[in-house]
Amino acid sequence: MSLNIVVLVKQVPDTKNVTGKAMKDDGTVNRAALPAIFNPEDLHALEAALTVKDRNPGTRVNVITMGPPSAAQVLKESLYRGADFVALISDRKFAGADTLATSYALKCAIEKIGGVDLVFCGRQAIDGDTAQVGPQTAEKLGMNQVTCVSAFGAETNAVDAKKRTITARRSIEGGYEVVRTKMPALLTFTDEGFSPRPPSARRVMAYKNAVAAATNDASYDECYMNASACKDDEIIVLWDIASIKADPESCGLAGSPTKVKKIDSVVLTAQDIRMIDNTEEGIARLVHELIADHTIG
Amino acid sequence: MDSKNNVMVFIQQDDGAIADVSVELLCKARELADRLGVGVEGALAGSGMEARAKELLAWGVDRINLVSHDALAHYAPLPYTKVMTDLIREREPQIVLYGATTTGRDLGPRIASALKVGLTADCTDLQIGDHELQGKLYKDILYQIRPAFGGNIIATIVSPEKKPQMATVREGVMKLTPKKPGHKGVVVETKAQIGPELLQTELLECVKEARTVNLKGAQIIVSGGIGAGSKENFDLIAKLAHALGAELGASRAAVDAGWVDKAHQVGQTGTTVRPKLYIACGISGSIQHRAGMAESSRIIAINTDPHAPIFQIAHYGIVGDLKEVIPAFIKAYKNKA
Repeated sequence: MSLNIVVLVKQVPDTKNVTGKAMKDDGTVNRAALPAIFNPEDLHALEAALTVKDRNPGTRVNVITMGPPSAAQVLKESLYRGADFVALISDRKFAGADTLATSYALKCAIEKIGGVDLVFCGRQAIDGDTAQVGPQTAEKLGMNQVTCVSAFGAETNAVDAKKRTITARRSIEGGYEVVRTKMPALLTFTDEGFSPRPPSARRVMAYKNAVAAATNDASYDECYMNASACKDDEIIVLWDIASIKADPESCGLAGSPTKVKKIDSVVLTAQDIRMIDNTEEGIARLVHELIADHTIG
Repeated sequence: MDSKNNVMVFIQQDDGAIADVSVELLCKARELADRLGVGVEGALAGSGMEARAKELLAWGVDRINLVSHDALAHYAPLPYTKVMTDLIREREPQIVLYGATTTGRDLGPRIASALKVGLTADCTDLQIGDHELQGKLYKDILYQIRPAFGGNIIATIVSPEKKPQMATVREGVMKLTPKKPGHKGVVVETKAQIGPELLQTELLECVKEARTVNLKGAQIIVSGGIGAGSKENFDLIAKLAHALGAELGASRAAVDAGWVDKAHQVGQTGTTVRPKLYIACGISGSIQHRAGMAESSRIIAINTDPHAPIFQIAHYGIVGDLKEVIPAFIKAYKNKA
C-alpha cells in the first residue's frame, strides 16, 4: 500500500556543543556560538518514514520545516536521505511563535498537502525539550497520536493496508507498550530505535545545490509537479503565511498565549565550600569526618 | 466548593494506582490556592476509582472530579483529551497542573491545543505574581519557571490572557506536605460519554520491569558525569557507590554516552533527589543536573576543572582526577569501616 507521510523536522542550535559564550552580554542567546543541526529525534522520525516507504513501495515522504531561510539546510539533508518532497514554511509573521502557534502553522501546511495518512516527528527538540508540538499538531488535525515511539510493532510490516492501522512500540516509565492505532495518526519518535541512514552519495550529487524556489500559492500537487520537474535546483518549495492559508492572528507572537516574562542567566547561589586536598591524607580525613557524623558508614 | 477559578491537578492513575507526582502537585496546588484564596480540585479519570478518589481528599483537596468509564481504565489520548477538556470547560479553573510523565506530556499539549491556551513544560518552580502587558496589569498570575536553551538560561513564562494557565512538572520537584486529616472535601462523580470515534488506540502489550534503581529513596548517591571520560572510569564510580552501599546516579551526558542506563539519570529530565549525601564525580553541574540534586543535604564534588559550576553548590570540593580520588576514597573508607 502506498501511503502519504509528512515528517516534521526542525533545525536547532546544538545546545550540547556550545562553542564560546552561549549568552551575549545583553542576556540574549548568542546563536553564533551554537552550530545549527538537524534535531536528532527528527532524524529518527525521517528514518522511520523512509523505512515505511521501503516496505510500502509508492509511499511518498514529504518533509516540512518551519524556520528562517537558513533552515532549508535540514530539508537538503532530508533530500540526501530519500525525501520525495520538501517544503520550507517561512514568514516573518511566524516569528516569536510558541508551541501552540507553531502547531497551528504546521497543521495548516499538513492540510495543504492533504490526504495525509501519517505524520511523523521527533518527540522533542533539543532547544526546548517541551515535547508539545507533536501532540498539539495531532489535536488540531483531529488525529490520534502515539508518542515516544522507539520501534514499530513486532510484525514485519507495522502498517496494515486493509485495516488501515499502524502498530508501534512506545517507551513508558520502566517499560514499553505496543499499541495499534487507526490511520490517519501522528507518531513522535525517540532516538532509541531507528538508526538514521547516511546520506546517499548519488542524492548528495543531485541535490547539493538545491535552493528554495520563490514563494507561490500554487496547490500542493502543482508544487510537487514543479519541484519534481525542476531542472534549476529550485526543488525546495517555499510557503509563506498566505500559501498555507493561515490566520495571522493565530501565528507567531500574536497566536502565542505564553510570553517570556524574564530570562535570567544562570546565577549560582554561592556558598561556603571546603576544599579538600587531593591527597590520600586529605581524602582520608574527609571520609573519617563523614563516618563520625553518620553521613556514611 | 462550586466556585470557578480553582487550582486543578490532573490526577494520573496507572492500573488504579495514583502516581506520586499527582500527589506532589496536589500539595503544591494547595499552597498556590491558599495564596490565591481559592480551592484545590483534582481531575481523575478511570474505572472503579471511587475509593482512591476519597483518599486523595486528605491532601487538602476541596473537590475531586471523578470521571468514570471502562474506556478510561488505561490512558489513551483521545478519550482522555475529551473528558479533560469537557471538565475544564465546565469547572473553569484558573490553573491546571500535570505531572511531566509520559502520560502528562502526551495529554497536556492536546488539551492546550484544544482549548487554545498556553502550556509550559517541565517547570522547576511555580509562583504567583503580577505581570504588566501592553499597559495592562494582570494580578496574581502563575509564574512558570523552567530552565531553557540547554540549561544556559532560566526562563519565567506567563500566559496572562488565557485561562487556564497550564504547566507540567516532573516527579520529585515539588515536595509533599503533611496530610490534612480533618480537611473537608467532596468527590463528584460523572459517567463519561465516549463515542466509538474516540476508541482508536488498541493496547496490544504492556511490559513494565520492576524498578531496580531507587534513586528517590536512596540516602547516599554516587553520581558520574561525562568527565569520567570512559565506560571504564564510569565503572570506577559504580564501584564507589557499591562500596558505600549507595545508589548509582548519572548526568544526562553520561547516559547519552551509553555508560549507564537512563533509569540512573538525575536532573530535570531524570529523577529529582534529596539524599543525605551526593557525591558528584566528573559532573560539571549544568542547571538541569543541579535542578535534580541541589537540595541534597551534603554535596561532594570531584572534578578536574576548578571552575566547574558544581563547586559553587558543593559543600566539599576535591579538584583532581577521579581515577586517583575514588580509589583513595574507597581505601580510606575500607580502612576505617
